[in-house]
Amino acid sequence: MNKVYDKIFKYSLQMIVIIFCVFPFYYSVMTSLEGSSAVFEPNFFPTEINPKNYNYLLFEHNFPQTILNSLFVATVTVSISITISYFAAWSLSRVNFKGRSMFLFVILAISMFPQIAVLTGMYQLFLNFKDFYFNIFDLRVKGVTSLLWLCFTYTMFNIPFTVWVLTTFMKGVPKEIEEAAIVDGASSFLILRKIFLPIMTPAIFTTAIMAMIAVWNEFLFALTFTATNSDRTITVGIALINGTIEYEVPWGSIMAASVIVTVPLVIITLLLQGRIMSGLTAGSIKG
Amino acid sequence: MADININTVNKYFGDVHVIKDVSLDIKSQSFTVLVGPSGCGKSTMLRMIAGLEDINSGTISIDGQVVNDLPPKQRNIAMVFQSYALYPHMTVFDNMAFGLKLEKRSKDEINERVNEAARILQIEDYLQRKPKQLSGGQRQRVAIGRAITRKPKVFLFDEPLSNLDAALRVQMRVELAKLHNELEATMIYVTHDQTEAMTLADDIVVLDTGIVSQKGSPLELYDKPNNMFVGGFIGSPKMNFISSKILSKSSDATEVDIMGMSKISVSKMSASSSEGDSVTLGIRPEHLVVNGDSDGSWESKVFVVEKLGDVTYLYLEKDGEPLVAETEGHSEIKVGDTVKVGFPAGRCQLFDSSGQAFK
Ligand SMILES: Nc1ncnc2c1ncn2[C@@H]1O[C@H](COP(=O)(O)OP(=O)(O)OP(=O)(O)O)[C@@H](O)[C@H]1O
Ligand SMILES: [Mg+2]
Repeated sequence: MNKVYDKIFKYSLQMIVIIFCVFPFYYSVMTSLEGSSAVFEPNFFPTEINPKNYNYLLFEHNFPQTILNSLFVATVTVSISITISYFAAWSLSRVNFKGRSMFLFVILAISMFPQIAVLTGMYQLFLNFKDFYFNIFDLRVKGVTSLLWLCFTYTMFNIPFTVWVLTTFMKGVPKEIEEAAIVDGASSFLILRKIFLPIMTPAIFTTAIMAMIAVWNEFLFALTFTATNSDRTITVGIALINGTIEYEVPWGSIMAASVIVTVPLVIITLLLQGRIMSGLTAGSIKG
Repeated sequence: MADININTVNKYFGDVHVIKDVSLDIKSQSFTVLVGPSGCGKSTMLRMIAGLEDINSGTISIDGQVVNDLPPKQRNIAMVFQSYALYPHMTVFDNMAFGLKLEKRSKDEINERVNEAARILQIEDYLQRKPKQLSGGQRQRVAIGRAITRKPKVFLFDEPLSNLDAALRVQMRVELAKLHNELEATMIYVTHDQTEAMTLADDIVVLDTGIVSQKGSPLELYDKPNNMFVGGFIGSPKMNFISSKILSKSSDATEVDIMGMSKISVSKMSASSSEGDSVTLGIRPEHLVVNGDSDGSWESKVFVVEKLGDVTYLYLEKDGEPLVAETEGHSEIKVGDTVKVGFPAGRCQLFDSSGQAFK
C-alpha cells in the first residue's frame, strides 16, 4: 500500500518540476508559431500553425547575422579559454609552487566579480582598443572590432571559471597515472597530450558547454560594446526586435528568435550528453 | 650492471620524518625484498629510488652514478605501483606498449614484447580490453606487464601480487623468479607476504618506521634476528616472546629461567648484560617441542587448538604469558589438556630490555 503512495508522490513531484521548467519553453514555441493577433489570446494549444515569424526573422531581418556573430564569439572565446585553462589547470593541480592555494583563491574571488563593476572601465579600454586597432591595422571593418573586444572580455571573465573547474577535475585524476607515464619516459607535454587529454575529455566538454552557455546568454557587455545592427549578438538582437508599429511588442518574433537560439544549445548538449562526466578514470586504480 | 647505493637518505613529508638515515647497498642483479608494517615507508623508499619523490638529504646512486637530480626516465627503471595506475583510456595492449612506443621501438618488436609479457602473465585474452573491464587481479598483472615489456635495469615492485588468488600468486611468484634470472635486472620488491619474501629474496630488508632494522638473507633473518622487531616480524605465526631473567653468566653462555619452572643455558652473550637483568626469550612456535624431552620446559593448559592439516597450532597461556606451539597435523591434543613444551636451547634467542639481540 505504502509503495503505491510513494510512487504517486514521487511521480507527481516530478511532474510538477517538469511542468514548471518546461512550460515556459513550450509556451514560447507555441507563441512563435502563431500569427500576430492569436498571440494575445491565452490558450494551451496553438489555434493555427503559421511560420510567418520564422520567415520574417530568417529572411527579412538581420537575425541570421546575429547568430553568426554569437557563434563566432562563442567559438573563439571557448576555444581560447579552454586551451589556456587546460594548461593552467595542470600547473595548478600538479606543479608545486609557492602561493598556489593563494592563486586559486584569487581566481575564485575574481570569478565572483560582478560584470557591472568593471563596465565603465572596460568601456574606456574599448575606446582605446578601437583607436589602437584602427591606427595599427587601418582596418575599418565595422563590427569586427566590437566582436574581437567581446571575445577578449568574455575570455577574461570565463577563464577564472574554466580554470577553477578544470583544476578541480584534474586534481581528481590519481597522481599515480601521471607518475606511471613519467616512469615510462613521457615528458610533461606528452603526458598532457596523451594521458590527461583523453582522460579529461568529458570534463573538458562539460566545462566548454557551460562556458559556451554563459557566452551565448551574455547581454550586458554585448549591449555596451556593439553599436551597429551588423555586430549585434543574439541576446541584443532579440531585445532590439521591433514590431510593425511603434507601440506593439512583437511577441511572436521574439519567441521565434528565442526558440531559434535555444535549439543549437539543446542540440549540442544532447550530442555531448553521453560524453559528459562518464567515469573519468574507471579501472585505472585499485578500489 | 646496476648496483644501487643508498647513502644516509632522509625524507620528510612536511614535519613528518618518514625515512631516517637509511643506508643500503643493493647488489646488481640481486632480488631485494622490502618488508615492514604498514606505513613504515616502503612505498616511499621505492618512489625515492624511482625519482618520483625528492630526498631531503643523502644520496642515491644507480650503477655508480648519483641520481638525486636525474628524472625517472634517465634512471632506467620500471615501477609497478601499489594502486596499479593503469592508463584508463588505453587498451591493455596499449598500456603495455606505451613505454616502448616512447622509446621508438619498431612495431614488430613492440608486438613481440607485449605478447611475450602477456603470455607470461596469462592476460593474452584481454589485450584489447580497457582496464575497467578487468578484475583486480587482471589489472595487477597488466601493471606488471607494463613494467616487464620495457626490460629496464632496475625493477621496483610495490606489492605486485597482493590482489591475486593463492594459486595464481604462487604461479606469478615463480614467473617473477624466472624473469629475474632471465632479465639479469636488479629487483626491489615490497610485500606483506612472508612466503614471497622468504622465497624470492636474495636479501630481505626489514624497515621499522623509516629505519632499516636489519638486512640479510632470508635465513639469516630467520635464524639470527638483530632485534625483537625483526624476530617478531619474520616468520608466521610470530615468534613467541617470554619475559625472563638472567640467572648467571659464563664465558660463552647465558643462563635464564623459564617461568620459574626450569632453566636453560643459551649459548648467546651480551657484554652489557649482567646477572639479574630482565631479558626476553624468543622462540618460534615450530621449534618448541610438545610433550617431549628438551633443555628447558614449561607446562600449561591448552586454550585453543588450530588444525591446519599439515600442522596444528596450540595456544597456551600461563600467568599472562601467551605461547604458541606447533605440533604435528594429526595431534590428539584437545582444548583443556595440559601439555609440556620443551625449549631447545640452540633455538632460543635472547633480547635485552631495549630489544637488542644477544649474539
Ligand atoms: N604525500 C605524502 N604526504 C604526507 N605523508 C605521506 C605522504 N606519502 C606517505 N606519507 C606518510 O609516510 C609514511 C610512509 O608511507 P608509505 O606509503 O611509504 O608506507 P608503506 O610502507 O608503503 O605502507 P603500506 O604497506 O601501507 O603501503 C606514512 O606514515 C604516510 O602517512
Ligand atoms: Mg605502500
